[in-house]
Amino acid sequence: MKRDEITAALIEELGKIAPESDADRLDPDADLREELDIDSMDFLNLVTALSDRLCIEIPEIDYPSLATLAHATDYLAQRCGE
Amino acid sequence: MPSLGADMEAGTLVEWLKRPGDCVKRGDVVAVVETQKGAIEVDIFEDGVIERWLVEPGTTVPVGTPLALITGGSPAAAATRPPPSLAPEPVTPSPLKSPPHIVSRPEGGRARASPAARRLAAERGIALATLIGSGPGGAVLYADVERAITAVAPRPPAPKRLDFAEMRRAIAAAMARSKREIPHYYLSTTVDLTRTLAWLEAANANRPPAGRVLLAALLLKAVGRALVDAPEFNGFFTAEGFQPGPGIHIGTAIAIRGGGLVAPAIHDVDKLSLDELMAQLRDLVARARSGALRSSELSDPTITVTNLGERGVETVFGVIYPPQVALVGFGTSVERPWAVGGQITARRVLTATLAADHRASDGHRGGLFLADIDRHLQSPEKL
Repeated sequence: MKRDEITAALIEELGKIAPESDADRLDPDADLREELDIDSMDFLNLVTALSDRLCIEIPEIDYPSLATLAHATDYLAQRCGE
Repeated sequence: MPSLGADMEAGTLVEWLKRPGDCVKRGDVVAVVETQKGAIEVDIFEDGVIERWLVEPGTTVPVGTPLALITGGSPAAAATRPPPSLAPEPVTPSPLKSPPHIVSRPEGGRARASPAARRLAAERGIALATLIGSGPGGAVLYADVERAITAVAPRPPAPKRLDFAEMRRAIAAAMARSKREIPHYYLSTTVDLTRTLAWLEAANANRPPAGRVLLAALLLKAVGRALVDAPEFNGFFTAEGFQPGPGIHIGTAIAIRGGGLVAPAIHDVDKLSLDELMAQLRDLVARARSGALRSSELSDPTITVTNLGERGVETVFGVIYPPQVALVGFGTSVERPWAVGGQITARRVLTATLAADHRASDGHRGGLFLADIDRHLQSPEKL
């Protein structure tokens, strides 16, 4: 999966969790939890959706790597072997 | 019509999800009602058979109005049973309305149909003449039209009708009553979460995301376990004084995106395993945010837990949700210098607070209750 596809998947899943926000225009370096008002249950749902969708494992210990859009894209791309 | 909050006066029946003659058991969802808290599924408290509906969809009725007649269960067969203090004036069984009148008009070629069926068919653009009626003389009944609708298209999800202004009014009414009537006292303690978090991290390490447990579930379970030995914090304060809750049903404050909150109950928390509790919490948060809560979840919490730590605050000063008598608040976990065995070390700690009703308990018991929550959190493997 290409990097831009991963970004698109991430933005789409974020949009499902925070439907009222404009995930397309998210600052890539902003903290996702703060920017989208995501709590730990939302975050767990995001991780569940992404690991199912991209067929990758996302251990809990790696959660800090998902803090921002830019970091999360890097991390997921690396996990997907891109 | 169940009471879904101390402030709720009336609700509107949106639709029936069962039919007269259907067998129902405790916990079945039978209807959807619209309230200040959005569209709520009404689940039933009795086993039995639905004899007939007493309220038609689209009707707004006061809290306490019987919605349906159920036979075969216990004598009080109203569709739902609010907790003691929320109970409206006892509803004397009023003479039952006559069964829905079946319009019978063989002349003029007009299809026989009940008024409700006629209205529903008109709304959905279904020609009555195309339907086979199951009523007397082949009359088309509401259920026949419903069947035709579901045969054509899958049933749309219950309408999402969260009205933020209404929800704010409901919160305002309940909280104003709380501040007016409840003599609150407040206690606070700091819990060292080192053991708890280490255990949780190890437990989650080999689990896929769908099986992971959140700290929120551990906190709920610790409160549930501590309440077993602290019944004076679990129940309702009514005109007759304090009444212990029928079980440990913890109202879990869930923030709604866009504003407002609801605190639906997870039932019998003390008896659930952590995994069961986590699954229920996950389901509850999803339904709270999509506007599909059940009446029993909103009407019978015996205590509330709020986990404002999710939003970064360290300490919660709770306002009790009447007629409950206590609220436990958890802040965010923070790393702090902490003295352990004479040494200063960095530890992850969390502030737990209790707001409790002085009419039902006092600070000494409250302190023991908070200490017990701490004790349970120190043995997460036993939760």
